[in-house]
Amino acid sequence: MKKAFNPRRFAADNAVVLIFLTITAVCVPISGLPPLSIAQEIFTRIGRNAFLVFSLILPIMAGMGINFGMVLGAMAGQIGLIFAVDWNIVGVPGLIFASLIGVPIAAGLGWIAGEILNRARGREMVTSYILGFFMDGIYQLVVLYMMGAIIPVHSLAITLSRGYGIRNTLNMDPVRQSLDRLLPFRIGMVNLPLANYLTIAVLCLFIIWFRKTKLGQDMRAVGQDQSVSHAAGIPVERTRILAIVISTVLASIGQIIFLQNLGNMATYNAHKQTGFFSAAAILVGGASVSKATIPNVFIGVVLLHLMYIVVPRAGTNLFGSAMIGEFFRDAFSYGVIALALVLHAWRKRANAESARAGLRGTAAAAAAVVAEGAGR
Amino acid sequence: MTEEFKKKAVDAVRDFGWPRIIIFLFVLLLFIVAPFVGVRVDTSISDVLIRFGQNGVMVLALVPMMQAGAGLNFGLPVGIIAGLLGATLSVQFGLTGWIGFTGAIGLCLPFAIVFGLLYGMLLNKVKGEEMTIAMYVGFSIVTFMSILWIVLPYTNPTMVWGYSGTGLRTTITLDGYWTKILNDFLVIRIGSNFTLPTGAILFFALAAFAMWLFMHSRTGTALTAVGSNPDFARASGVSADRMRIASVVVSSVYGALGILVYQQSFGFIQVYNAPLYMAFPAVAAILLGGASVNKANLLNVIVGTFLFQGILTMTPSVINSVMKTDMSEVIRILISNGMIIYALTRKTKVTK
Repeated sequence: MKKAFNPRRFAADNAVVLIFLTITAVCVPISGLPPLSIAQEIFTRIGRNAFLVFSLILPIMAGMGINFGMVLGAMAGQIGLIFAVDWNIVGVPGLIFASLIGVPIAAGLGWIAGEILNRARGREMVTSYILGFFMDGIYQLVVLYMMGAIIPVHSLAITLSRGYGIRNTLNMDPVRQSLDRLLPFRIGMVNLPLANYLTIAVLCLFIIWFRKTKLGQDMRAVGQDQSVSHAAGIPVERTRILAIVISTVLASIGQIIFLQNLGNMATYNAHKQTGFFSAAAILVGGASVSKATIPNVFIGVVLLHLMYIVVPRAGTNLFGSAMIGEFFRDAFSYGVIALALVLHAWRKRANAESARAGLRGTAAAAAAVVAEGAGR
Repeated sequence: MTEEFKKKAVDAVRDFGWPRIIIFLFVLLLFIVAPFVGVRVDTSISDVLIRFGQNGVMVLALVPMMQAGAGLNFGLPVGIIAGLLGATLSVQFGLTGWIGFTGAIGLCLPFAIVFGLLYGMLLNKVKGEEMTIAMYVGFSIVTFMSILWIVLPYTNPTMVWGYSGTGLRTTITLDGYWTKILNDFLVIRIGSNFTLPTGAILFFALAAFAMWLFMHSRTGTALTAVGSNPDFARASGVSADRMRIASVVVSSVYGALGILVYQQSFGFIQVYNAPLYMAFPAVAAILLGGASVNKANLLNVIVGTFLFQGILTMTPSVINSVMKTDMSEVIRILISNGMIIYALTRKTKVTK
């Protein structure tokens, strides 16, 4: 039976996207930015951020919610970049070298994270969030105290004057925008980072293919119901760990792509906002804690960054204060994540209750079916 | 006999958890090492006591929600914001001294209660996902209030930016209002290095006693029942939702009081993004004291706050003297977040 289009249900399902779209649409004209420069910014930012956001898809599929622990991967990528800059490997080979160092570290960290999250079932999201904080401590220990002291670092340009530890800002001249400029491409006035898009396209194909593999199917099954999957012979814990490992590895590559575009790395802060931005992007794109698709990522990146570009300007023009715009932007992003999480938890409870009502009797069951339909 | 004793000892250690014992020994070691590296023990103890008074009430705020099964209150900023509103309003009205401090308490209470009610109702809708959502509700309210700190019509010149005359400063000094009003109440000074902030400790004791009374009142007992066994509580005619809201309101009120105590000891009101991460040290402290995600008591609060503040006070001075580098920040991050992860991953103990 095909479902009829129900405007109320559509609004309820896409509340986050619709709210976001409305505010941004209002802010675009107020900001007074020329459409062409907005378009240029958006195209650059898709190339810069989409890869990172993709790293969230698999854990969502495996029912582990949003993997805020992706910052672990981001840190691994940054360690790779530090070495690439230190050894002065120029251009795309530098990025590949950084990935070769970052990916194994990310895989190891992802494995640890997966093990930990397996012990924190039902509260994966908050645990992965705190895990990000914890690993930030380890990262500081390694980069601020061990690099140059225990781990050999040659370049004096990137070490602190005291002789060990990496500087607060890492100048990434050897690899700056090397991927962006690999395949130069212009349409009219707009530069398109074609190589980035190709990388992202390959990643999309990988995800589409991965979903059809045995492991991908297992992940979806585990995401639906862990005990049923276990009974069906799926190694639940291992599958969940692998989802996190892949997510962390993708995040490390994503962070390398992100930072080569920026060209400078805030050594001790660059990774801190990664989880927040990516989570906000995928949720704004219409994903929920239990369901995320490739279009969600693209819609989310475009909408979130459109908001990030226009709202501070609009705030300046409306209130005469840039600070209001920036605070509004932050409040709005946090609020959107909170709202998306609330809506999802709410719906999950409504569904669970209607399922329970279904056990009580036929009359109740009929009501439950209606309620469930409304909840979906 | 000895076997039995040994088994009991092992059980006790296991209940308390190895990480806590290691951290406890670590703090002890820091105190033992301190005199040998030229750190004064009396100053350190005094610092720990002052910090205990400064932070204790905020840690206390976590107890009711943990007991009611609503998890760790990462949304503590909801209460903190109420406290900030009370504090800034009190300064705005030019209230000084004791009138200023009690005025701030009086002014923050209505906000704390209303915010707590709304926040509690929200958390009731999202059972099972409270902690993540609490965290983001906290972040949202802090950043949202940042806009209001600019827009609200505050006029007191000590609080607003000098050149524009509008919008709060990022830190507002309490000099001449109620700086250290509790810390200096009945203060005991021994020599020039030891200060006992009697008033702040007394205030904590009072707050802890009030919390004890509340947890042993009818509501408090029902609330604990809801946390321990929701079905049983429902069967005995206790409304889980109402009890949870009560716990959130109490938690928010204590969060508001906690930030006021913190500010008077610190000497400044910090607005804008300052409260963003304030819940995390409090959560780490109570967990360090032996609480689990859904069981906490006053002893956990006292032990935990002492241990946590002990680490914060002792690591910068002692470790820096020993290793000649400032590792204290890293140690703080690892211990506080490691403790939270440990508690979140620990299997909830089955009743024996």
